[in-house]
Amino acid sequence: MKLYLRIWRQKNAQSEGRMVDYELDDVSEDNSFLEMLDILNEQLISRGEEPVAFDHDCREGICGMCSLTINGTPHGPQRLNTVCQLHMRKFRDGQTITIEPFRARPFPVMKDLVVDRTPFETIQQAGGFVTVNTGQALDGNTVPIPKTVADKAMDAAACIGCGACVAACKNGSAMLFTAAKASQLNMVPQGKPEKDRRVLNMVRTMDEAGFGNCTNFGECEAVCPKGISLDFIAKMNRDYATASLKQLLGTPV
Amino acid sequence: MNLDSKVPTGPLPQKWERHKFDLKLVNPANKRKYTVLVVGSGLAGASAAASLGELGYNVLCFCYQDSPRRAHSIAAQGGINAAKNYQNDGDSIYRLFYDTIKGGDFRAREANVHRLAEVSGAIIDQCVAQGVPFAREYGGMLDNRSFGGAQVSRTFYARGQTGQQLLLGAYSALNRQIGLGQVKMYNRHEMLDVVVHDGHAKGIITRNLLTGAVESWSGDAVILATGGYGNVFYLSTNAQGCNVTAAYRAYKRGAGFANPCFTQIHPTCIPVHGEQQSKLTLMSESLRNDGRIWVPKNKEDCTKDPNTISESDRDYFLERKYPSFGNLAPRDISSRSAKEVCDEGRGVGPVVGGARLGVYLDFADAIGRLGKDRIVERYGNLFDMYESITGEDAYSRPMRIYPAVHYTMGGLWVDYNLMSNVPGLFVLGEANFSDHGANRLGASALMQGLADGYFVAPYTISDYLARVGPGKPATDSPAFREAESTVNDRLKRLLAIGGKRSPRYFHMEIGKIMWEYCGMARNEAGITTALEKIPRLREAFWNDLRVPGENGELNAELERAGRVADFLEFAELMCRDALDRDESCGGHFREEHQYEDGEAKRRDEEFSHVSVWEHRGDDAEPLRHKEELVYEEVEMTTRSYK
Ligand SMILES: Cc1cc2nc3c(=O)[nH]c(=O)nc-3n(C[C@H](O)[C@H](O)[C@H](O)COP(=O)(O)OP(=O)(O)OC[C@H]3O[C@@H](n4cnc5c(N)ncnc54)[C@H](O)[C@@H]3O)c2cc1C
Ligand code: FES
Repeated sequence: MKLYLRIWRQKNAQSEGRMVDYELDDVSEDNSFLEMLDILNEQLISRGEEPVAFDHDCREGICGMCSLTINGTPHGPQRLNTVCQLHMRKFRDGQTITIEPFRARPFPVMKDLVVDRTPFETIQQAGGFVTVNTGQALDGNTVPIPKTVADKAMDAAACIGCGACVAACKNGSAMLFTAAKASQLNMVPQGKPEKDRRVLNMVRTMDEAGFGNCTNFGECEAVCPKGISLDFIAKMNRDYATASLKQLLGTPV
Repeated sequence: MNLDSKVPTGPLPQKWERHKFDLKLVNPANKRKYTVLVVGSGLAGASAAASLGELGYNVLCFCYQDSPRRAHSIAAQGGINAAKNYQNDGDSIYRLFYDTIKGGDFRAREANVHRLAEVSGAIIDQCVAQGVPFAREYGGMLDNRSFGGAQVSRTFYARGQTGQQLLLGAYSALNRQIGLGQVKMYNRHEMLDVVVHDGHAKGIITRNLLTGAVESWSGDAVILATGGYGNVFYLSTNAQGCNVTAAYRAYKRGAGFANPCFTQIHPTCIPVHGEQQSKLTLMSESLRNDGRIWVPKNKEDCTKDPNTISESDRDYFLERKYPSFGNLAPRDISSRSAKEVCDEGRGVGPVVGGARLGVYLDFADAIGRLGKDRIVERYGNLFDMYESITGEDAYSRPMRIYPAVHYTMGGLWVDYNLMSNVPGLFVLGEANFSDHGANRLGASALMQGLADGYFVAPYTISDYLARVGPGKPATDSPAFREAESTVNDRLKRLLAIGGKRSPRYFHMEIGKIMWEYCGMARNEAGITTALEKIPRLREAFWNDLRVPGENGELNAELERAGRVADFLEFAELMCRDALDRDESCGGHFREEHQYEDGEAKRRDEEFSHVSVWEHRGDDAEPLRHKEELVYEEVEMTTRSYK
């Protein structure tokens, strides 16, 4: 198939970027989207031009590294999918495809399609853990966890930390991400003892990083490659309210 | 080369316990005087960095991705083994130990494997405590499944994303230490050299992948947990950035490389579809719990709709050849069997490169027996992935699978303390050679990575540090300067060639050579051919490479070029090792050595050893040393899964 590509090119974080047009022939529909970009890059290299920089690693939808906005949608047209798992059979011969980075204020563009998602790290360092040292654990079956709870925790834990939720949100909110991370631990018995501290610290760090507010558009859930549900935001809001109230009343958290 | 394995004396089950007592300790107040450099943030690196941080050491951790959580451990699907015997089906530490030794075709070190089995249970406990959402039964207890090479159910899992969940657990522990300031994390930093100062590993050189800055880091000990080198084959189930660079640079600085030819070809991957493909995708081995593998009995049926082929015209070749293990035969055996039937012309799927390279993995029986919902629950994400890649629905027609390069049992040589022959250089996880012999059993890599990082290295590194005392060298000492300029010179050289071919071109070419001559089946003539082709390709690389852009910026092609340059040298070492090991064992199948029924034939008298290669300069041939394997406990037998 033949494709008309419009790609965001930007030399580095300091410089201005712009859209550049490319044409690409003979792309197989069995190729993945990133393989299509590989083909383009090979052609650019042979023409002596700079290839397009983009982030990727596992190419199987699990590491969360790939981060392209395709025709305005983070990860592109296929629901519940990362761009590395998107295949060209989802596009038409002769189609024009625009490719941009994940755009959000806290995710500055570093080069072309590569962004800096460090604030996600900071949020998790603030509370996305259970305080337990290596060697302190009890036998794994000492505390039974109902299957329904374990399954729900797994639903939240499936988040790959790609940032599509932030890029899709008009406000650039990181609520879905933070909620998935906080809820996973807040739900299971092991995470309960520091439930309040966790949610307060993570939300505070999220706010400080410059992410926007959540106004319930639900765009985040719609683009999430792992189908993380908005319910987790509601859950985190409840946990946050409880913890804030305790703090207000002077109960140690 | 000093290859003293330092295996403690005494009966096997007591070795680790005694050894732990004999290891020196560092006084809690003194720990902060030491700095440990950890390269890698996968299961092995993250668990080690977090645990060392908890103990009070200063830790600097490096990875090439933009977050430690993206290390390739994240992609492991099926599960992690542990000898908990929660299923009351006869499992024990001894059985896990024995299965691993046997699965590795008697080419692993007994004492290491026994220790691995001993600490396996504690890994599960630790992960549960971190909040890892393992699959549970209705009563709230942990669930298990079966994996290849075992007749007990000892594999713990979190849907089809076990590696992700275990890594997120280790990452959360790491994050806690980062938040506390105990670990400093350096993302998007690629290690390009090891610094050996006065005979001890005391530092590393990295390149900042965003800015190109080449920097020196000094520490009291260095841990490499940089994963496997399967990408030497170009197409593999590894992530794009997986490399041999870190391990190979250490080899060039004096560390022995053990059994480089031991690579694992995984039986259940989505078949190759065309020339421009960049990676192969694994379909977890856990699918073999419920899927049945077959090909048509008759070649004429190979192009038919599989659902129209009658039972009597199907050949369930694993069940036929290995009745007691059936579809759960170990990986090397299953892969070779698939290759055999395809070589006979009974493969299915599209023709790529002149042959149909695929076999069916069929769930119709399981769906009939358990209902579709159970199958969705167990493997839903895998079926979705399969559909997105192939455009086919595996609930209604069998999957097509074929073996692909997946894991590397070879790696840097380490002693019982997981220290290489370069003092102070520890190697953990897939990057070392230690526990899987000539073939790794499914669900044992995750176990090994976490065993190394949580429960072995923290003890053994403390012992090393206590013995040498604190005192990291300054980064302007001669060893650092020399290493830094070696790295800078090489980067300049790569950028200056000004040829016509891209780094990817050379990567694909070396991949083709390795798959053809050093892949699933090997023979003397083939390996010799590869050994002629590789130096020629390397020469072409250094004359005709084109790397666009500069060093002082994010430059993915420069990164790739450096990795490919190392693959081009390392490939030769692999082939030398494959040629030298004139026997078949596990994943290393030398066609000259097989039984009449095609099973691998070991030659224990000559090859019951670890082959350890010493670098002797770019213009000299490497030297092969041996660590003899002594089996005190297990009797070496011919593996049988019939
Ligand atoms: C698709 C797939 C499925 C698998 N499924 C299973 C399974 O179900 N069960 C099982 O037991 N095993 C499985 N395995 C094997 C297992 O996942 C790996 O062997 C294991 O996770 C390796 O862990 P590691 O910590 O050694 O390395 P990795 O997780 O690969 O981590 C390597 C780390 O080193 C860093 N690094 C590498 N090179 C450099 C460098 N030069 N400079 C700086 N940093 C560097 C990387 O950034 C990364 O952080 C699977 C493997 C694959 C590919
Ligand atoms: S590259 Fe890993 S999720 Fe896309």
